[in-house]
Amino acid sequence: MLLIKCPYCGERSELEFSYGGQAHIVRPLIPSDITDEALTEYLYHRDNIKGVQAERWRHLHGCGRFFNAVRDTTTDHFQATYKIGEAQPASGAKSDG
Amino acid sequence: MADISEAPHTERYIFRGGEKACAEADMAFGMNLPREACHAKVTGERAALWLGPDEWLLLGNGFNVQLTALPYSQVDVSHRQIGIQLKGNHAADMLNIGCPLDLDDAIFTTGMCTRTVFGKAEIILWRQDVQTFHIEVWRSFGDYVRGLLAIAQKEYM
Ligand SMILES: [Zn+2]
Repeated sequence: MLLIKCPYCGERSELEFSYGGQAHIVRPLIPSDITDEALTEYLYHRDNIKGVQAERWRHLHGCGRFFNAVRDTTTDHFQATYKIGEAQPASGAKSDG
Repeated sequence: MADISEAPHTERYIFRGGEKACAEADMAFGMNLPREACHAKVTGERAALWLGPDEWLLLGNGFNVQLTALPYSQVDVSHRQIGIQLKGNHAADMLNIGCPLDLDDAIFTTGMCTRTVFGKAEIILWRQDVQTFHIEVWRSFGDYVRGLLAIAQKEYM
């Protein structure tokens, strides 16, 4: 069973979590002021990295809170989890899982 | 094996609010809401269960008050969910048939509570004693949870 460390509740089973897509995407302050291309970029384009990426996760069947995680998409290894609003921790690009 | 019974009916509220509202709620409710993650507090006939950093389940009568510290929310969920009591030998083992938590009494200690899953249902689990658990589940999932517990019971007959 894969354990994910919720920043509030500690290590819990992956069954309690849901994935929330790429992290640190900033909503444009006034969406009507930006170009169609920029809005398209904001709405639809995601990095989809093969390797280490920052993601949003939600402890859906737990405290219910969103948080961010640094995960290696090739090994499914979670390098770090941190609260929304905190800076992404530095991480090594490689991980042995 | 542990007995499965329905807990007596009580009023229930979901309270959400920041530290300011929470401090005011402590006074209004006459008990301090637990600030420690995944812990419950009992005062007389009332209990407050930590569900999230700004969210509590309140069990008991007389929690319905008006606060001045905004924003906060208090939702009456008395009839949304039911309480199930599980008491006796192998209570934790029976839960682990459908619940992924480590229910070792040194890890999930007496007084701890959390939302989690039991089979396909979401539940709130509260350990009242080493061998006594209180489960809160949405009414429509009640039969499913009781049924799954009854199957688990057979394992330990
Ligand atoms: Zn959590």
